[in-house]
Parts: sequence; C-alpha cells; structure tokens
Amino acid sequence: MTATTPALALDDITCRFAGRDSGAPYTAVANATLRVGEGEFVSVVGPTGCGKSTLLNVAAGLLAPSSGIVSVFGQRLMPGQGVNRRAGYMFQADALMPWRTGIENVVAGLDFRGVPRGEARQQGEAWLRRVGLAGFGDRYPHQMSGGMRKRLALAQTLIMRPDILLMDEPFSALDVQTRQLMENELLALWAEDRKSVLFITHDLEEAIALSDRVVVLSAGPGTRPIGDFRIDLPRPRDVSEIRMTPAFLTLHREIWSAMKEEVLKAYERQKAA
Amino acid sequence: MRLRALQILILGLLIALWYLLTKPGLIPNFYFEQDNRAAFFFGEPQKVFQVIVDWFVSGEIFGHLWITLLETALGFVIGSVFGLGVGLWLALSKTASAVMDPYIKGFNSMPRVVLAPIFAVWFGLGIWSKVALGVTLVFFVVFFNVYQGVREVSPTLIANARMLGASQRQLLRSIYLPSAMSWVFASLHNAVGLAFVGAVVGEYLGSAHGVGYLILQAEGTFDVNTVFAGILVLTVFALVLDGLVGVIEGRLMTWQPRASDTEKV
Repeated sequence: MTATTPALALDDITCRFAGRDSGAPYTAVANATLRVGEGEFVSVVGPTGCGKSTLLNVAAGLLAPSSGIVSVFGQRLMPGQGVNRRAGYMFQADALMPWRTGIENVVAGLDFRGVPRGEARQQGEAWLRRVGLAGFGDRYPHQMSGGMRKRLALAQTLIMRPDILLMDEPFSALDVQTRQLMENELLALWAEDRKSVLFITHDLEEAIALSDRVVVLSAGPGTRPIGDFRIDLPRPRDVSEIRMTPAFLTLHREIWSAMKEEVLKAYERQKAA
Repeated sequence: MRLRALQILILGLLIALWYLLTKPGLIPNFYFEQDNRAAFFFGEPQKVFQVIVDWFVSGEIFGHLWITLLETALGFVIGSVFGLGVGLWLALSKTASAVMDPYIKGFNSMPRVVLAPIFAVWFGLGIWSKVALGVTLVFFVVFFNVYQGVREVSPTLIANARMLGASQRQLLRSIYLPSAMSWVFASLHNAVGLAFVGAVVGEYLGSAHGVGYLILQAEGTFDVNTVFAGILVLTVFALVLDGLVGVIEGRLMTWQPRASDTEKV
C-alpha cells in the first residue's frame, strides 16, 4: 500500500438488498475494503454471481452502499450527490446509443459537458483513430461487429480522460482472438498515461496478464476480498505471450489455489438453490 | 414493382366483382327479388366514381374535406403532444404514475365515443367538438406507447450516459426520447386512423360541414353511391396521412437495423 492517498478507496462496504417476495434481505457484499493506488491497474476476480459488479457500481456512485465509505482521491463520495465524476465506466453489456453514429457516440460525453461541436468532433476523430476505427465514424453501432463496438465504447469512455477507469468484464462477450487483441490495445492505451484502473473479471488469466495487483473475492453472499496478490511481471506485456512464461504460471497456480475453494463453494450453492 | 402490380390487380378485381354483382340485369338475381335491389343497397362502382369526380370537378368537396382534414390534423397533433408529454412525465415519476394509475385505466376502458354528444354541448357544433373527440382517442394510444417505451429503456444505457456526465435534462433528450421514438411512431400509425374516427364520428353526430356531414346527408336520402364515395375519399386521405407519418418515420429512424441489412464488417 502506498503512503499517498489512493485514487479509489472502498472502506468497509456492505450492500444489502431487500429480499424478493418479502424474503430475507440478501447481503451481496459484506465489509469489503479495497484500494486502488494512483496509476495502478487492479483486477478483481471471483466466482460467478459473487457481487463483483455491485462493488464496481458502488465505486462508480451508481449504487449507494448500505454502509461504508467510498473515497475518490481522498474525497468522500456522498450518496445522493450523483455519480463519481472522476471515473469512466465501461460496461459488460452494450451501452452505446443505437441512434447515434460511431462518432456521435464517442463525443457523447463532450456533448453533455458542453464542448463546442467542432472541437468535440476533432477530438472524436482522433480517438476513433487511436482505437483503430478511423473511417467508421458514420456507421451506426448495429453495423459494427462486437469487437468494433467494444473499441467504440472504449473511445467513448477514454475521451473524457477519466482519472479512474472502471471496467466490468468489458471483453467477456468477445471471442478469444479478438479479446486478446483488445487486451493488448487496452494495455497500450493505458501505458500512455497510466490512469488508475479497477478491472472486474471472472477470468484469472486475463486478470494476471493485465494487472499490477489481483484481488480475489469470496463466494457470495457476503462477498469480501480474501486474497491480494502483487503481479510483478515486466511491462510492456503481450497478453498472448506472457501466458506461457514460468513466472505467469507460478502466479496463476498460487492465486488459483486461493480461488478454487470459493469457486467450488459458489458452484455448490448454485446447485443447491 | 411486382408487388405494386399485384396490389393494383386486387383493387381491380374487387371493383370488377362489385360491378358484376350490382349492375342491374347483368347476371341473374340469386338473392334479391328485383334487378335494381343490389345496386340500391351496395351502390355501383361507376356511379360512385362519378360522384367523386363531380365533387372534385365542381369543387364542392374541397370545403368539406378541408374541415375534416383540419379536425383530424388538430386532433392528431394535440393528442400526440399530450400523449408524449404525459407519457414521459408518468414514466419518469414513480409517485405520479402510482397516483394516476386508476384514473388512466378508467379513462382508457371507458368507450370514449360516447363523449361525443357531451363535447358537442361543451364545444358547440363547430370543429372543436370533433377535435376534442379525436384528442381523447389519440391521446391514449400515444400515451401508452410512450409510457412503455420509456420504461423499456435499457438501464445500462442510462447508467452509461450518467457516467459520461449527462444531467437529467440531457438524459431525457438523448436517451429517453430517442429510445421511446420507435414506440411512438408505431403508435402514430394507429393514431392517424383514430383521429379520423374522431373527426368523422363527431361530424356524423352533428355538424354543418365535413365529409362525415356529406355522408350523413346522403344516408338521409338513401343515396348509397354518395355514402360509398365519402367512405372512399376518407380512406384515400387516411392512407395519405399514414404515408406522411411513414415518411417522417423513415427520416428520423435511419439508425434502425433493417432485416435486409447484411453489410456488417
């Protein structure tokens, strides 16, 4: 843990949801504490349905925790005062506006901020080039492939130059090849200005290949971090090659042994339900 | 092109059949006892067309048509705007929608055409009683579609726009409205027809102008040909208005994927 103020700090977060049909309330996240340092790439892995997205929504200010404190660069994020202004969020599901063309989607955030049209367009074109979509700006999302839509979403988020990037399994819907390409592109973009990243995934290999630190969550309900592993693999990395290195495999074995029990627990619970 | 030809063929066949069955003495009677009875009850196509041509040549129809179209257009526009506004308001405010729920359901299940005589008393026999009837019919169709449309907006889309810094007003303009638009246009096609129903039924119940008034008068003198002529003219204009809505829809909804669209890259 660095001595400076972390970019994002979740302190003792608990999220309880009212039970369906007057059933018992469901505690998705219990007493979770998590820190992301400035310029640090942190991945959170955990079994399916363990409340990873809940944690991320809390960090984004989209969801108020039942108890606990969220701080952004030392400032407390008050519930009911809107979203986390310093964060960009990349969603798991498609979040592009289908009625806007590629370029209009990319500049949406600048529009909302009131940036003049011409200037926004210029920046938008530049970002389309950076994510490899130059010349596709006048296409609608439904005319693009899954990989192109993800790149568009990435440009849409990054154009706002957020200090913290929150990513919720952004590449889980892509095929393996496209996914590794996107992971490399993400690392290249991230290396340019090293923002803080909180990356949620269920894929341990993806987590290790991308991150500086991997946090393992326990099986739900009452999810909380149970392991914290520093990934000191050299950068820049190539995600498809680094998977073969002995150092990667050692880390994978170590983290998997911590995770395995939780995955099995989650599986048993789902079978029982 | 082929499609259009087939459509016109069906129209031609229907008119031919109509002519065949109603022309006195053309084919032996199989239902009516006298030759001219079929023509009396169902009119004759050539005479119906003659009436229509006379209307347009003499210019007699234009005043009536103008009134009916004006009533329709006003009913349509006012009803749609109200439907859109109230639909947005109730869809976005949980409390308001919970409070208004029984009233909306009540007004919707009421057979609103029975309001026509009351509107005639309130607004007189001029165009406004017809407009009012059209508004009550159009409002609910548009309202329910907008309400549904806004409710079905993807929560991810809203969350994404909020993270990108959209204010409430910007959310309304760039997420809720465009998202509800495809529902709105689906309802506008129905609404055009209902606005016509409002105008014509209103005229039918009491007026001094309009195509509904022409039909009412012709019916009073058992002039079936004129009744059919009025119905045909109304149908054609309803089709034209529906086409106009379609054109506007096509302009505004270019982003929607079409079934034949295969140019993915």
